[in-house]
Amino acid sequence: MLSYLIKRILATIPVMLFVAVFIFLLLRLTPGDPAAMLAGDFANDAQIAEIRAKLGLDEPLWKQFGLWISDMLRFELGESFYYKKEVSELILSRIEPTLSLSLLTIIFTVLIAVPLGTIAAYKQGSWMDRGIMGFSVLGFSLPVFVIGYGLIYVFSVQLGWLPVQGYARIADGVGEWLYRLILPAIALSVIFVAFIARMTRTSVLEVLGEDYIRTARAKGQTESRVLMRHALRNAAVPIVTVIGLAIAILIGGVVVTESVFTIPGLGLLTVEAVLNRDFPTIQAVILFFSVVYVLINLAVDVSYTLLDPRIRY
Amino acid sequence: MSNVLDVTGLTVRLPGSSDRKNAVENITFSVGAGELVCVVGESGSGKSVTAQAVMGLLPKELKPSEGETKLLGEDTLAATPNRLRDLRGTKMAMIFQEPMTALNPVARVGEQIEEVLEIHTDLSKSQRRARAIEIMDHVHLPDPERMVDSFPHQLSGGQRQRIMIAMALVLDPALLIADEPTTALDVTTQAQILKLVKEMQERRGTGVLFITHDFGVVAEIADRIVVMQHGSIVEQGPRDQILQNPTQPYTQMLMASVPSMKPPQRTPVDGDPAITVRGLNKVYGRTGLLSRDRIVHAAKDIDLDVARGETLGIVGESGSGKSTVARCIARLIDPTSGTINLQGTEIATMRESRLRAIRSRVQIVFQDPYRSLNPRRTIGLSLIEAPMNFGVSREDALREARDLMALVGLQSDALERYPHQFSGGQRQRICIARALAVKPDILIADEAVSALDVSVQAQVLELLDDIRDKYRLAMLFITHDLRVAAQICDRLIVMQNGIVVEQGPTSDVFANPTQEYTQLLLSAAPGTDVEFGSGKAV
Repeated sequence: MLSYLIKRILATIPVMLFVAVFIFLLLRLTPGDPAAMLAGDFANDAQIAEIRAKLGLDEPLWKQFGLWISDMLRFELGESFYYKKEVSELILSRIEPTLSLSLLTIIFTVLIAVPLGTIAAYKQGSWMDRGIMGFSVLGFSLPVFVIGYGLIYVFSVQLGWLPVQGYARIADGVGEWLYRLILPAIALSVIFVAFIARMTRTSVLEVLGEDYIRTARAKGQTESRVLMRHALRNAAVPIVTVIGLAIAILIGGVVVTESVFTIPGLGLLTVEAVLNRDFPTIQAVILFFSVVYVLINLAVDVSYTLLDPRIRY
Repeated sequence: MSNVLDVTGLTVRLPGSSDRKNAVENITFSVGAGELVCVVGESGSGKSVTAQAVMGLLPKELKPSEGETKLLGEDTLAATPNRLRDLRGTKMAMIFQEPMTALNPVARVGEQIEEVLEIHTDLSKSQRRARAIEIMDHVHLPDPERMVDSFPHQLSGGQRQRIMIAMALVLDPALLIADEPTTALDVTTQAQILKLVKEMQERRGTGVLFITHDFGVVAEIADRIVVMQHGSIVEQGPRDQILQNPTQPYTQMLMASVPSMKPPQRTPVDGDPAITVRGLNKVYGRTGLLSRDRIVHAAKDIDLDVARGETLGIVGESGSGKSTVARCIARLIDPTSGTINLQGTEIATMRESRLRAIRSRVQIVFQDPYRSLNPRRTIGLSLIEAPMNFGVSREDALREARDLMALVGLQSDALERYPHQFSGGQRQRICIARALAVKPDILIADEAVSALDVSVQAQVLELLDDIRDKYRLAMLFITHDLRVAAQICDRLIVMQNGIVVEQGPTSDVFANPTQEYTQLLLSAAPGTDVEFGSGKAV
């Protein structure tokens, strides 16, 4: 197990290196002088020269990369042009809302999707199964911003139950925090509920045909326990795989949802950075998301060995 | 003697689209306390449906329409789902064919035994665990204190089946239903499990309903025998009566089809060697920086020759390396070292690009005839594919295919049809025809008759024998079934753990096995004291 973990972590290094090279070149290969671009439209030659020297743009490319990567490794991400702040500070201050939204979305998704999928599989062909799968098709076809604005219109504008937008820090009270996050989390989770419910149904259906399910029934086990103990536990590996995928895709969804609900998280930061050509921030955010992707993948792979004792590396 | 189980007039209806109306029809039999009743029949005879009906475990599509299945006087067909759950595990229990798939792969075996106690008793967690260890000890599992925390995949097939038996017997049910419990096991393991079932039945006075297709097993353990065909009971009675004086033609035919353990006299074949193998090795696994050493020597220093017109049998249990040898010879896998000489051509180390031209000379027939045929292609297309790859024109290949159909005993209109429209035996005939379509010198039959019912098996064996004579094929016959090997092989190689332990003419190996392992294999074969296939019947 330990050797597997070490191997798996070592294997992420080339991936991260590839991402780093890509991000590094992104800026260098953009047409025009990166220094001029970084300096912005109103900079004079002296300022451009200063930036060039600061970035080491006179040095050969490999040396530049070495410098840049060692900065990144020390979490020195540079200074944002637009916010005039250290990017690392910027990211730290924006993590909480994004993390809150993502976490809540995933919790909602799993709590709703897995039971729905399991029921659909157990009642295969019934009206419940057809209803759940019908909802799932609907969930797939509606984009996040449509669902988001739809929910705002009904629950905030018409009924006035929930706020239209904004975010409250968890430090200012969990109630307020949850109150403001419910709508965005639901909006964001719809498509993942559809996706994961479908996957759960397929996975559980397959397992329900297995011999050990018959064995469990032959022991006199109740149907609900047969489902929970035997079916779901065996169906878990593919379900966890898609949950991992969903988290990765979710980060993309966060950008849109944060814009719709004006939540000051990393998604909104990304949008603002792109609109303002804030290159150090863009770089750092992309790099940050890449690290998160890689870590999620690692967590999913490791979880396999916990879920299924036959999987050993 | 009061009965544990009384089945009276049981009829189970099949869904409308099936080829017959009922899965089982008006069957009546009983199982006494401490009695072992064998239900024997070929596939589709309704023997498993009967067992599932008693347990209330029938698939949704199957509905019992008439009759009663009285367990200690209580009709399980009429029981409510709750009552059925109470009875399962306490009054009746069941074990299945595949001990690997019948156990939950992600739960510890102890946990799975304890689950029965958790459902039906008020024992505490530590009491349940103690009880699980105790019953594991009763079914002679080694070191139950440690094994109780193992996962199914860490145990051998025989150990898994012992776990299943422990799970079934932990609450001392009155009735144990065993559905082909030894079919997936090696012959030596099978002998041990049969002994265990018999011991449990005698010690605990359990009534056992034992379902099997294997007359050898029946002869070994049955007190009474029920013979089923097409969902009806053909004949039933005490063991000796049925085995010695079967009155019904079907029973007689079934018993006559069981290959005899006595090999017929065969004249030694001395033709030119078609294939010569020397020092063949196959090693799996490798050592690496971070991976542990997991090297498996699947085949070790194998020497063998097969002459034209000769059948060489390779027998052994699972993991003995018999299939590895066959696959190396067919170059489906690459041997690690050694030589394979195909009438002067060395193929062991030949590159894939040059090998293609020679592939037609070695052909394989596999165990599962259904999965070996592409379900979406007609038989004709499957049959002409290989010859056309070797440059035969479509018209010639089709003409050949029609001739082959006649040779294997099928109508030529079979070429227009799809695999699912044939029975298992017919599909295996098609697979043989396909192998012959490229006119091979060597035919490898890898457990080619193991999945077939005995009556069909006998016919396919006869067909293989005929075509070997007709085309003077060198045949390599891989099997775990000693009865089959006795009937078809000229010479035998006995393998264990990748090594050849004994070889010689079939009749010599059977009459005077010199090695301990061969003796063990021969003595483990069930029902050796009863002579089947003697020709007395039919």
